[in-house]
Order: sequence, then C-alpha cells, then structure tokens
Amino acid sequence: MNRREKYEARQRRWSILIAAASTIATLAAIVILVPMAPGWSRVQQSFFSGEVFLKTLPKMLEAFLVDIAIFAWSTPLIAIVGLAAALARSTRSPGLFPLRVFGTIFVDVFRGVPVVLVIYLIGFGVPGLGLPRPWNSPYIWGTVALVLTYSAYVAEILRGGIDSVHPSQRAAGISLGLSESDVMRYIVLPQAVRRVVPANMNMLIALQKDVALLSFIGPVEILRQAGVYKSLLANFTPYVVAAVVFLAVTVPATRYTDYLMNRQNDARS
Amino acid sequence: MTNFPLKSLFFGAVVMGLVAATGSAQAAGACAEGKTIEAGKLTIATGNPAYYPWVVDDKPEDGKGFEAAVAYAVADKMGFAKDEVMWVRSSFDEAIQPGAKNFDFNLQQFSITPERDKVVDFSEPYYSAAMAVLVRKGSVDAGAKPELASLKGLKWGAVAGTTGLPVVLDLIKPNSDPLLYDDNANVTEAMKSGQIDAALFDLPTALYLAAVVLDDGVVLGQFPADRTEKPDQFGLLMADGNPLKACVDEALEALKADGSLAKIEAEWLQEATGVPVIK
Repeated sequence: MNRREKYEARQRRWSILIAAASTIATLAAIVILVPMAPGWSRVQQSFFSGEVFLKTLPKMLEAFLVDIAIFAWSTPLIAIVGLAAALARSTRSPGLFPLRVFGTIFVDVFRGVPVVLVIYLIGFGVPGLGLPRPWNSPYIWGTVALVLTYSAYVAEILRGGIDSVHPSQRAAGISLGLSESDVMRYIVLPQAVRRVVPANMNMLIALQKDVALLSFIGPVEILRQAGVYKSLLANFTPYVVAAVVFLAVTVPATRYTDYLMNRQNDARS
Repeated sequence: MTNFPLKSLFFGAVVMGLVAATGSAQAAGACAEGKTIEAGKLTIATGNPAYYPWVVDDKPEDGKGFEAAVAYAVADKMGFAKDEVMWVRSSFDEAIQPGAKNFDFNLQQFSITPERDKVVDFSEPYYSAAMAVLVRKGSVDAGAKPELASLKGLKWGAVAGTTGLPVVLDLIKPNSDPLLYDDNANVTEAMKSGQIDAALFDLPTALYLAAVVLDDGVVLGQFPADRTEKPDQFGLLMADGNPLKACVDEALEALKADGSLAKIEAEWLQEATGVPVIK
C-alpha cells in the first residue's frame, strides 16, 4: 500500500465514522424527543399498540394474499394492453390513422381520470347492465379498471422508449429489406423495452399499492381489513400493520429498481 | 360588535326563562357551565352527509329526524336554547382519533363497544337498534326466507367497520365471504348490480334504503336486540374524559324518565314495527 492508498483508506474510515455518528445522533434524538411530547402515550396506544399488532397480523397477512393475487393477474394484462396501445400510437401508415386516434383518446382518458372513478364506473356500472353471476364479480371488473388505467401509463412509457430509438436504425432496417413490422419487432422494441425497464418498475410499485383501491367495490384486501379492525377496535395500529406489510414488499422492489437504473447508467456512460 | 352586550343579555334572559320554567333545567344548565368547547354554546357533530331517518335532508339545524331531535332535546335539558346549539360535521375517523375534538358530543349512530370506550367516552344509550336484513325482491322470489338457514346461502355485503359486520360473520356465518364497502350508497349500488344479495343494517336505515334508495328493496327480517350477543346501542360520543359526560347522561336520563325520548322515537322511527323477526 503506497502513501496515497493509505491516505484514501484513512479518509474512508473517517467518513464512515462521521456517517455512523450522525445517524446515531439523529435516531437518538427521535427516540428520546418524540416520547417526551405530552400526547405520546395516547398516540402510542392508538397507532403502535403491540397487543393490537399481534392480534391483527395473521388475518391481515391473509387479506394481503388478495392484493398479491390481483397484482399477479393484472401485471401481464397491463403489459399486453399497454404494449398494444403504444404500438397503436406508433403506427405510421396513413390508413391506420383511426387506430392512432383511438390510442390517443384511450391514453388521454385513462391517464386523466382518477383511478377511483374508473374503478367505481366499471366495477359497479358494467355489472349493473345485468350480467349474471359470476360474470359480475367485482374482482373481474375491478381488474379491468386497473388494467385500463395502468395500461395507459405504461403505453406512454413504452412509446417514449420507442421514440428514443434513433430513426436511422429504422431507416437502416428498411433499407436491408425488413418490413415495418419486422423493424418494430426485431430492432426497435428490444431496445425500447430495455430502456424503459426502470420506469416500468416504478409503475409496478405504484400498482402494488393501487390494488388496494379495489376494496372500494367489495373485495376485502389488506387495507379494507385494516379499516374493519380500526373501527371495531377503535385503534389505528392495523394501518401500521398494513404499512409494514406493504413496505416489506415495496422496499426490496424499489431497491431492485435503483439497482437496474444504476446498471443502465453505468452501461451508457 | 357593539350589540354584543345586548345579545348576551338576550341569551341570559332566555336561559333565565328556561331556568324559571323547569327545575331540572336549572341543575343541568349549571352542570354544563364552563365545560363546553365554546362558552355558552353547545357544539354537536354529526356525519357528513347525515342520512334519513336520523337527520332529514342532511339539515340537522332543522331539528328534524331522530338524531337531530334527540340532540336538541338533550341540549334543551342541559339548558341550551335552540340558537345556542352549533353543528359541525365529522367523519368516524376524526371522532375516534386521539387529541382534541372540535365538538362537545357527536352522534351518528355510534354503537357503544368496550374497545371504542377505551379511546372515547360514550353517554348512556339513546337508542337500541335491531339489526335488519335488506334484500331485493328478486332474492325473495328466489326463495330467501327470514330464517338463518336460508340467509347462509345468500351473498352478503356490509359497510366495513360497522358493528353489523361481526353479526354477519358470527351469527349468520354465510357460506361465502362477505364483500365490504365504504358506505350505504356503495352497498346499495352493489345490490343493484347484483354483486351481493343481502346486507345488514340497523332497522331504521334498512327501512329507509328499502323504501327510497332501492326500487325493489325488501326488509326481509330483523334480529331482535336480544338475539345478538351484544345488542347494538347508540351513544353520544365524547372526547375521552370529557367532564360534560355527567351532564349529558343526566339529560338523557331525564328524557327517558319523562317519556320524551320514547315520543321522539315514535315520531321518527315508527315504521320499525311490523318487520318479521328472523328465526
């Protein structure tokens, strides 16, 4: 180890020490100061009751399975519909103008309307037309509402990816004798999809939480279960339980997104 | 502001008049003094919106509807004239969260439960609600009867967080899991779209929904209060440790003793009789 390396190692140790000290000081300040607030014991009883936490946790985890199920079957549907909408908007042939208009209207409407309204409208409205059971299930139509909304966002992200592929590549493909659709399929999309992976990971994380909105039309998922416990026990701890369960899933997902983004940035630079 | 002393003189005269009129009002009026959020006023909260038959037309100030009438009767017994009562609106969450309240008491069909009682205070009950089953005519035609065995086979819905939910789960024990909703409007919408067959409400609410909101609503039957393990009793909700509780209880006792509470109930909730009892 030469002198420079020794110096840098010392600097590194020193900065780790400072970071650790300041973190500990901040945590200590929170842990000591917050409980000194006059209302702390009541807040603790209402939001962080260990007794309520343990009592509600098993049923909450059970309810979370509903979220996971809706999430699991929505995601592939969103990918398909989103891609279809993005392709519709990226067509160039004059004959397909109506398709482009339809794609634009779809994206504008479903990005502009609150998710909750879409869920109510489709979740209550479509079954209200007189569908028999089980085809009027809130699970089906709630999923349709989520898929429509999220596809609109994903379509715009994908279109951004498609536009980011330089037009010269398309020109090169065509001059090699590929058809328009082959150019899209073999040259543009593989690059476009790869470029927008981090942005789409963000949508996945948002979807994980928005799945809970389906509870408005009946399904008892984790947030609704928390609301039931809140009312029956007059205690907000079940919401904290829900937050912990959500964090256990979203934090690893977020970290993974960061990792993907960093890798992509490294690859570009 | 110049006429302020005149105004308070006028209020003073009204209060004195009330005091002279009834002996009990004197005790209660003195009881509430200095214990309300705003001196000389009684601030009462109700739901937003407040539903018939509890409050008529979402206007509690008119004193029409069972809860609006009870609120004014309690206020009167406590020595507050009609124009000394102020109304605010609150959600359930606002009412049970820790910290200061913006009302003296809150009434929106809060059922008294021991768990809730740990966080807030309840008055003596002012109404004992029977639970009733709301269905659409189609279910009755399909053979739904006011019997537990028949109820089990229906698809159930309920408003999440009401005490009706435990009744559905523990007493009816339906064959499939109930669906839960935010409020009465969403439950009836789900009934209209055929996603659920039946829902449980307190009887007056069920009667209102069957008569007004649903075109083909039927109140299939009611659970008598002793059928449920803990009968659903509504209480006035107050902040935990509110010193006003003693005065409110005293006023409610007086209303029960002189029969005026029963009279208000008969006026606004009279249709409650005549619904078959569930076997």
